[in-house]
Amino acid sequence: MTRFRFSFRPAPPQSGALAPADALILLLLAALIYAGVRMTIHAPAVVTGPEITLAPRALPWYALLSVGRMTAAYLLSLLFSVAYAYAAARYHAARRVLMPLLDVLQSVPILSFLPVVLLSLVAVLPQAWAAELAAIVLIFTSQVWNLTFSFYQSLTTLPQELREAAAVFRFRRFLRFRAVELPFAAIPLLWNSVMSWAGGWFFLMASESYRVGTRDFRLPGLGSYLQAAADAGDLRAVGWGIGALVLVIVLLDQLVWRPLLAWADRFKVEMIEGDDPPRSWFRDLLAGSRLLAGISARVVVPLSEHLDGRARAAEPVPSLDRPGRERTPPLLVAAGAVLALVVVYGGVRAVAMLATLSAASWRELMLGLGATFLRVMVALLAALVWTVPLGVAIGTNRRLAAILQPLVQVVASVPATALFPVLLLGLLRLPGGLDIAAIVLMLLGTQWYLLFNVIAGATAIPQDLRATTELLRLGRWDRWRTLVLPALFPYLVTGLITAGGGAWNASIVAEHVVFGERTYMTRGVGAVIAAATNEARYPQLLAGTLLLVVAVVLVNRTFWQRLYRVAEERYRVE
Amino acid sequence: MSNETVTAAAVSPPPAAAPLLSVRGVGKTYGRGAKRFTAIRDVDLDIASGEFVCLLGPSGCGKSTLLRIITGLSVATTGHVRYRGERLVGVNPHATIVFQTFALYPWLTVAQNVTIALKARGVAAKEREERAAKLIDMVGLGGFASAYPRELSGGMRQKVGFARAMAVEPELFCLDEPFSALDVLSAESLRGELMELWLDRVLPTKAILMVTHNIEEAVLMADRIVVMGKDPGHILTEIPVALAHPRRRKDPHFQALVDRVYAAVAGKTKSEAEMASEAAQRLHQRLPDAELGALAGFVEKLASDGGTADIYRLGGELSLALDELLPIVEAGELLGLLRVHEGDLFLTPLGQAWADASILARRELVAGRILRQPTVRWIYETLQADAESGVDRDQFREVLAGEIGDQAEEQLDIAINWGRYAKLFAYDDDTEELYLDEE
Repeated sequence: MTRFRFSFRPAPPQSGALAPADALILLLLAALIYAGVRMTIHAPAVVTGPEITLAPRALPWYALLSVGRMTAAYLLSLLFSVAYAYAAARYHAARRVLMPLLDVLQSVPILSFLPVVLLSLVAVLPQAWAAELAAIVLIFTSQVWNLTFSFYQSLTTLPQELREAAAVFRFRRFLRFRAVELPFAAIPLLWNSVMSWAGGWFFLMASESYRVGTRDFRLPGLGSYLQAAADAGDLRAVGWGIGALVLVIVLLDQLVWRPLLAWADRFKVEMIEGDDPPRSWFRDLLAGSRLLAGISARVVVPLSEHLDGRARAAEPVPSLDRPGRERTPPLLVAAGAVLALVVVYGGVRAVAMLATLSAASWRELMLGLGATFLRVMVALLAALVWTVPLGVAIGTNRRLAAILQPLVQVVASVPATALFPVLLLGLLRLPGGLDIAAIVLMLLGTQWYLLFNVIAGATAIPQDLRATTELLRLGRWDRWRTLVLPALFPYLVTGLITAGGGAWNASIVAEHVVFGERTYMTRGVGAVIAAATNEARYPQLLAGTLLLVVAVVLVNRTFWQRLYRVAEERYRVE
Repeated sequence: MSNETVTAAAVSPPPAAAPLLSVRGVGKTYGRGAKRFTAIRDVDLDIASGEFVCLLGPSGCGKSTLLRIITGLSVATTGHVRYRGERLVGVNPHATIVFQTFALYPWLTVAQNVTIALKARGVAAKEREERAAKLIDMVGLGGFASAYPRELSGGMRQKVGFARAMAVEPELFCLDEPFSALDVLSAESLRGELMELWLDRVLPTKAILMVTHNIEEAVLMADRIVVMGKDPGHILTEIPVALAHPRRRKDPHFQALVDRVYAAVAGKTKSEAEMASEAAQRLHQRLPDAELGALAGFVEKLASDGGTADIYRLGGELSLALDELLPIVEAGELLGLLRVHEGDLFLTPLGQAWADASILARRELVAGRILRQPTVRWIYETLQADAESGVDRDQFREVLAGEIGDQAEEQLDIAINWGRYAKLFAYDDDTEELYLDEE
């Protein structure tokens, strides 16, 4: 069960309320969104999507396409993370910009960018390319931040003496990276990769099946297959689609992540043998392979030897690695300065565009924001109500855990966005329509984070505290008040922060739905963004996206972070 | 105590013409502005070829900082280091370090941990393997070449640390408290093995510099002990050790030298007059970081030992490290409960009375004594002036930071702890407020 504790601890939020740096970052975001919006002006009015066939034999091909998009985005994320984290860890000036930026970017509801990204790309690229690239960009932005943060943390927490040993023994940069930094970062990087993939599915499904008005941005893949199946009311095809999705996720878990995690166990830093190392049958199978051993001895070892030699020759004088003390190279400074100018220009133009909005439009936006906020809160509350009792039950009862845990894991692995169309099939007929449906959809996107955190929290309650509470013969309510709730608190806060992010994201696809031939809408900022996209009202699109970002960052900074700090300082049982 | 020169032996090397290493006017300052912190100041040190030198001192005296400057891992703020007459820039290629925490790469096997040091120097694959295997055999880990560090005991891990350091055939062998993370038996055997290698001149090593806070260890191994003091770190004195090897702990010369080194480390008691004049300097008086509960136990033990004891041996009996022992002794002196003279402890009449008193009486006695400490007194008087409500902790911290900078946080913590122990005032951790403690 330690798995949960590992995989569902997001990066600790930066301390403090809004700082001047945040204003700059918001300006940067405004400039970015503005640039996107400017480009969308040339977007074609009608975009035709692909034909999606519901035949089950098309599924392997669709699955392959979906996994391909995920893989491309993931590789991009890895490269970006290494470069970004390296710059932030090495250069003092770079860090002061990059780290706060990272903090804001990881709390931004990424789906709100989807319309802008799609429209701007379709304006400059051939249609098929644009949607493909937009999907990859979107998945990339969902996967990259926690990877970057994890690698940055590894670089900065590398024990002093390991760093010093590398310097004393005159390791060159490449050797240091290969033999010291990368191994040290491997385990957190892998766990975060698992997390990133899980999150990536959510955005893949959303971007594969995005339609708004006369523009059909769908991509052939599992997401669009499921949507088409729900559209046609073909329950058999829905079953096939979900089955294929779960199969792909389980296969990836068994054939990629588990073997990797089992292999990476050697990189753990603890100097004690773990009593429960991660295992993988597939890795055990591979370990017996003569072919692989041969490849390793004949290709991998000589190759790395050669690379080490080349790298050694290229950098004759080793330098002591002093993270964060190095001066930022002039080239990076110049690039930063140019970027800053562009940002300021873009920011000013963005503000100018916002100024054209009428008071009525702002009112509509604010009302929408309020409505979405309420919906997010209701979804979180609803999630709390059922996950806390069940999570505590699973976390404290081994027998129950043995039965329910695998089941929960499989159910939770299905990304909420894949189920949206299916759920709509039933929910839209109920009274309340999309108003209720949107909340259910958000709930779907949030509850699992909470459940896993509650399970982790309940599991982490020390045995001796539980025994003491037993001995005191406290009543049920007193037991919850004195032990369970305080012990759960840090986990609940962590879970709620992540879940809140999920709910805001879900609002984009939940408040504005194209189903069959009809478009359903409810009041909310997500709906405003969708409608603005549809009707080419660019100032609204800019204002809506920006407002959503500002609101989420503000709520995070003023509310959640304060709770997080209280939780860490007072209620962390360790 | 002058008779240890009688046993002057041949192991002590003849003074070389030019020192292997010379340190001149070296200082190190961290941070800037209010957070400025001087780790060491004005250090001069020579190490000759053939010498085994120990840097000894309490924690925080900057001995590890000095070691890092000497190896080039850290850059001195002032002064410079010369190696073989040449000014050192960057990491010294002729030096190596054995780390207190071993600094082995946990994901590499024993053999890989040694070979990677050779690989970094561009030694070819085949030769790497051979040299590593030989060294691993030499330190007695022949059967463990393919083991990972986590499978080894602390002593074995440090042997890997030694093998790795020896692999690069350093001239200057630096050891940063290499035995302090080991159990007593492993440490003792490893010391013996190191001395054997060193005295038999098996290593191409020209000199050894070892950082330690263990006095016996220094007297056991070194040719010369450089004693460092703190606030900021500086060299107090240098004591040559002219005992022949092998040295025996029971030897009276050995014991006399241990006492002498201890006296140099602990200093001597200041007179009441000196203390009073220092106290006059308001908040600048530093409170030692000691728990008064621990001091109580210490004073009781001293009383049961007849009111006097050898400070070093008492520390050993209570298994207190030097770093834990010194603040307690300092606190005892500050409160007038005990005196230190030439490495011996004496209980004062007040201390005797305190040891005999009941818990309640003890608390009152302590309250009276700690109120003489400017920081505690100032907090108490501030609270009295504002008896109705509590006072925010930050308020004290800010004033204190204006006076003593960086150390404000720590000093306030100690003052609050002492005040709480004596029931002078109470502290609410939730609101971070201090208030008078009235029943």
